[in-house]
Amino acid sequence: MAGGWKVDVALLADRVRRAVLEHTLDNDGGYMSQACSSAELLATLYGRFMNIGMPDRPIEPRPWLGTPRHGNTEYRTGADFNGGVHDARDRFILSPTHYSLVLYALLVETGRMSPQGMKQFNRDGSSVEMIGAEHSPGMEVMTGSLGQGLAQAAGMALGRKLKGASGRVVVMMSDGEFQIGMTWESIQFMAHHHLDNMVVFVDVNGQQCDGAVDSVMRIDPIDVRIRSFGARAAVVDGHDPAAIMKAGSRAPDGRPLFVLAMTDPCRGLDLMRKNAPKLHYLRFRTPQEKAGYKAVLDAWPKRGS
Amino acid sequence: MEIVSRPHGRNLVKWAADKPDVLVLSADLTGSCEADGFRDAYPRRFISCGIAEQNMLSVAGGLCREGFIPLVHTFAVFICRRAFDQVAMSVAYPNLPVKMFGFLPGITTPGGATHQAIDDVALMRSLPNMTVLETGDATEVESVLDLAYSIDGPVYVRMLRGDVPRLFPTDEPIRADHPRILSLGDEVTVFSSGICTEEVLRASAVLKARGVSITHVHISTLKPFASGLIDQAIRAGSRGIVTVENHLVDGGLGTAVASRCASTGVGRPLVRLGLQDTWSHGAGRAALMREHGFDAMALVNAVQDLIGANLSISLADLGAVRVEPVHSVAKAEAL
Repeated sequence: MAGGWKVDVALLADRVRRAVLEHTLDNDGGYMSQACSSAELLATLYGRFMNIGMPDRPIEPRPWLGTPRHGNTEYRTGADFNGGVHDARDRFILSPTHYSLVLYALLVETGRMSPQGMKQFNRDGSSVEMIGAEHSPGMEVMTGSLGQGLAQAAGMALGRKLKGASGRVVVMMSDGEFQIGMTWESIQFMAHHHLDNMVVFVDVNGQQCDGAVDSVMRIDPIDVRIRSFGARAAVVDGHDPAAIMKAGSRAPDGRPLFVLAMTDPCRGLDLMRKNAPKLHYLRFRTPQEKAGYKAVLDAWPKRGS
Repeated sequence: MEIVSRPHGRNLVKWAADKPDVLVLSADLTGSCEADGFRDAYPRRFISCGIAEQNMLSVAGGLCREGFIPLVHTFAVFICRRAFDQVAMSVAYPNLPVKMFGFLPGITTPGGATHQAIDDVALMRSLPNMTVLETGDATEVESVLDLAYSIDGPVYVRMLRGDVPRLFPTDEPIRADHPRILSLGDEVTVFSSGICTEEVLRASAVLKARGVSITHVHISTLKPFASGLIDQAIRAGSRGIVTVENHLVDGGLGTAVASRCASTGVGRPLVRLGLQDTWSHGAGRAALMREHGFDAMALVNAVQDLIGANLSISLADLGAVRVEPVHSVAKAEAL
């Protein structure tokens, strides 16, 4: 097929962006810029990069079944949406859980979660939580307290080294997390223990809750900082699936690998640019503004077949 | 009284020999936490984390997700204060079997306020899923690994190091939520934990010799705190109850006992000895216990107040007491 996987991934990313816009309109708000910036990155991971399993059929999200505790036999994580945990397969850790909506949309578009799952987003008693927890679809650990995802993934990667398990640990992070001291503790740990069985993809969209990263707390040069801690860092166009794939597929050499995906938080939704630098969460301040986004959705080009 | 040198250090090496799933994580305090023997015996299972406790606790959670049992070794303050969010979200919420060994509990260190964990029990008791243990002698130090390992979930242990007295026979290991009843009486009930139990034994020997009837309960499980023996001991103290702890009186043993007193509806005076809403400072253990009022003499004074008598007990009387190992007299029906 002409174009092959790259076309498939690009189409998947487009569907994710559209689905998140539709959801944001339905709910009068949503994490839209995260979808715009990370659609190609997450689509590349799920569509091509990761060696993960596939559920037999799209899973209907479970209701919230209580917290993990002694005696709660009902409890399980959302790993089954990624085909479960197996030594020979990769594990996926989503660190910035305000990207959960994007992940849920992706799970639907890849046939892992039933479309009805999106309707349960942020509903009382649902596991499809706004800030995903480890019981949420596609999630495995608690990462909503930013910075803890990388270290938990490092523990998994070290455990897999000790066991001789071949599956990698794949992490998605946001650039704002590089302001957190613990992140640098973790990179130093990963380098010291030669955790080259983990690949960390970072959505460098330059945005955080208060506004532009550069105005809140500068982290550049992020690639130089990471390399100085003994890890590898590749800088790529975060909207180019082939570039993401190539950078993430470097042969392990004893060092942890970071792929810095440079992204545009308004990619595919130019209308949102006028909100800059407040892009963290899209709200509609007037009916007219909402109508503008609705018009974009209605005119969303039909792509692929 | 037998004094055992480095009981944890020696026991850890022997205990871990046949447990390939057990790892030791350390944050640059390996010798100070008596994990150096393990490091030398099983270098592949020893994970050096550097002075980076937040990462260490979340890494421990990740290791559990791959089937390992991490034994985290560092000073208690660095587990409970510096890495509290990581303990809460990477370990306690998911109910993972990370076993945390917090050394230098309370004022057992002359290292001053930065090194004195006077709030660790309060912090760890507040976390759902967490089991909180405190060792009070060499027997408990030697048997706490078995207990922590047997619990399917996170465990925080207040650990003793160096020269540790043996108060309890080696055939009476630490048990989950199982208080040790060290003496039975019907006037005053004393609950003690950790290093305070030795002080209480010193004081209660003299008090009993002067005719005071005392129930003495040693607590090594601070959470859960549900044993029926606790309620029975509370009821036994007709004149009142005293708690003695190497910790702030809010959030630790004193608070746990107060809560049980309220639940049982037993309206008895409760005197809580320990740090009274104050930080401490660098000084010797005995001096700090005296200064903060949770040594043997402080207990004597508290008991005298409760029974309304002056027994004329001097420091010399307390110093002359020879503390010997005590068998538990625990029998629920005997109370």
